[in-house]
Amino acid sequence: MISIKNVSKWYGDFHVLNDCSTEVTKGEVVVVCGPSGSGKSTLIKCVNGLEGFQKGQIVVDGASVGDKKTNLSKLRSRVGMVFQHFELFPHLSVMQNLTIAQCRVLKRGQGEAAEKALKLLEVVGLKAHAQKFPAQLSGGQQQRVAIARALAMDPIAMLFDEPTSALDPEMIKEVLDVMVNLAQAGMTMMVVTHEMGFAREVANRVIFMDNGQIVEDRPKVDFFRTPGTDRAQQFLSKILSHSAQA
Amino acid sequence: MATVLADLDFRVFMQPVVGGGGNYLTYLLFGLGWTLSLAITSWILAFVVGSVIGVLRTLRGNVLPRLGALYVEIFRNIPLLVQLFIWYFVLPEIVPLFGTWFKERLSPEFQQFVSATLCLGFFTAARVSEQVRSGIMSLGTGQYGAGLALGFNTAQVYTLILLPVAYRIIIPTLTSEFLNLIKNTAVASTIGLVELAQRSKNMGEYTSRLYESFIAVTILYAIVNLIVMLISRNIESATRLPGYVGGKK
Amino acid sequence: MYSLDWSSIPGAIPYLWEGMIRTLEITAVAVIAGMLIGTILAVCRLSRNVALSTLAAAYVTCFRSVPLVMVLLWFYLLVPDLVKRIVGNPSLDIRLLSAFVAFSLFEASYYAEIIRAGIQSVSKGQVSAGLALGMTSGETMRLIILPQAFRRMIPLLLTQAIILFQDTSLVYVMGLADFFGVAYNTGNRDGTLVELILFAGFVYLVICFVASTLVRNLQKKIA
Repeated sequence: MISIKNVSKWYGDFHVLNDCSTEVTKGEVVVVCGPSGSGKSTLIKCVNGLEGFQKGQIVVDGASVGDKKTNLSKLRSRVGMVFQHFELFPHLSVMQNLTIAQCRVLKRGQGEAAEKALKLLEVVGLKAHAQKFPAQLSGGQQQRVAIARALAMDPIAMLFDEPTSALDPEMIKEVLDVMVNLAQAGMTMMVVTHEMGFAREVANRVIFMDNGQIVEDRPKVDFFRTPGTDRAQQFLSKILSHSAQA
Repeated sequence: MATVLADLDFRVFMQPVVGGGGNYLTYLLFGLGWTLSLAITSWILAFVVGSVIGVLRTLRGNVLPRLGALYVEIFRNIPLLVQLFIWYFVLPEIVPLFGTWFKERLSPEFQQFVSATLCLGFFTAARVSEQVRSGIMSLGTGQYGAGLALGFNTAQVYTLILLPVAYRIIIPTLTSEFLNLIKNTAVASTIGLVELAQRSKNMGEYTSRLYESFIAVTILYAIVNLIVMLISRNIESATRLPGYVGGKK
Repeated sequence: MYSLDWSSIPGAIPYLWEGMIRTLEITAVAVIAGMLIGTILAVCRLSRNVALSTLAAAYVTCFRSVPLVMVLLWFYLLVPDLVKRIVGNPSLDIRLLSAFVAFSLFEASYYAEIIRAGIQSVSKGQVSAGLALGMTSGETMRLIILPQAFRRMIPLLLTQAIILFQDTSLVYVMGLADFFGVAYNTGNRDGTLVELILFAGFVYLVICFVASTLVRNLQKKIA
């Protein structure tokens, strides 16, 4: 479904991504973790073309992201993305946030879009808030709406860029629950996160990045059980002890 | 000072105007009418052109943002009076089609009005573009990315997502720009458009009632200011987003 | 196509230069006087004395709600009248003096707002610290707040000065000849109005562009 081959990216002199390669097959859930500045957010933004890259190839469901001939808008409408800061559109109600792209990009009718929106809001537990505006919702609620907004486009895969990093601790669970359900329903997911509990529960594979390189890329069970590289070990021990205290 | 105050006689406003046509109060009010008409037509031009340039300056890439920046530099670094004279004296001479239309088809009053509108419109557009640009930039790159991620193209991201919020954010600064524009209409008096400021001078000279004339006109400008601010505040309340205080979370 | 005739410019350079001196004189006087008066106004606005702050607010509001053209016309007509009443001499040509006074008083209201914002941007803790050390409010304001406020406001103050430099051209309405006035009169007299106006515009463009670029660089260094 998503194939990343030898991708490299520079910001001026700074080597942000260094020869990254990996694959995400249909139905797989891949967690990408690593210290800040490791390039994990950049990598995921390359998958739907929000960031460009100078070398390598990314193919999503047969369409090459770097190719000038690819219709990026169309590609993006088929891949859902959830952002760290939710990025709901503040001038639109929750309902409108969910229907605007359905109508304008997918050309669905208003009625059909609204129906879909309500169904999804129910799934994420926010049907009662359909007419509210984003600023009236809590962070956790906004992020759940953001997930619903991405799902409304019937994506073939979902990308998550640190979806819980900007949330207060007590709201993290409600968002992770939605993501777990999504994974269990068979969605192809690529998730940048520090939430190792989530990884342990539903991930198929875990990728560890450091300094722009993919250092480890192993099945979940292996990743957590046997020691891999030193860097990954250090990173894991720091996070896990921290979340054990939380 | 005391002699000035003692001399004040506001009955002058009821006197008929030298050369006919109503009393001095209506003379000034008609001047106000010209001022406001000029301000409104210029504002429409400024808003449209300014929005386009402001958007251009926030686009990715090199050419368009630079063109926008060039526009702003040109219109901000030449004095307004000089710009007005360029529109009124220079362009009709050197621009072929526009020049002939201007010189042959327009009456003198319209020549003044058109030059003044074009001048004030393009001048103010440079300033409006700065506001629009900073409004859009204050939204951060996240909204732009979120729009693209849903499959919108750039034009859609701007018109459906960025501009509706950016315009709301800049209502106060746009208002103060509009108030500046109203004041700037006074330069049109230099090419003969008899708007409010010019009329206060004329009235002062015709009637020798300088102080009364200037006091009245100052009051008129102040009233216009107040009304514009009231309208602006109403627009702000009417378009306020529930719960949204402004700026990034 | 209209053919441009630049020939009258070289001969006019001495007069244009005089006009530029006139422009710079007015700008300089207005900037200095404007900042001085503006500072007083700003401090008054922020003072706890209701009379002072209301008076200052009234001054600022009044001058900011009318066009500069109007203020110039006021002083063009009123100042001679006032001087006549005071001194009794009926035919003094004090247009330049009127221009100095008009611009200074007008700019003061704009500087007052910039300076007021600058003062308010200095954290309140600084005032407390000054008072806690035993300084009076006056000393705190003079020695602690104002220096900090001005450092922050320098780019804005300079930008306002560039705007003033451009606005000087409006002395045209008083019949005074600054740089632009000389250019216009020369062009009018020689029949090369188009060329002179374009020349003047070009000169302003270059001067103001260089000046505002310098201010921008200064801003980057301060930030």
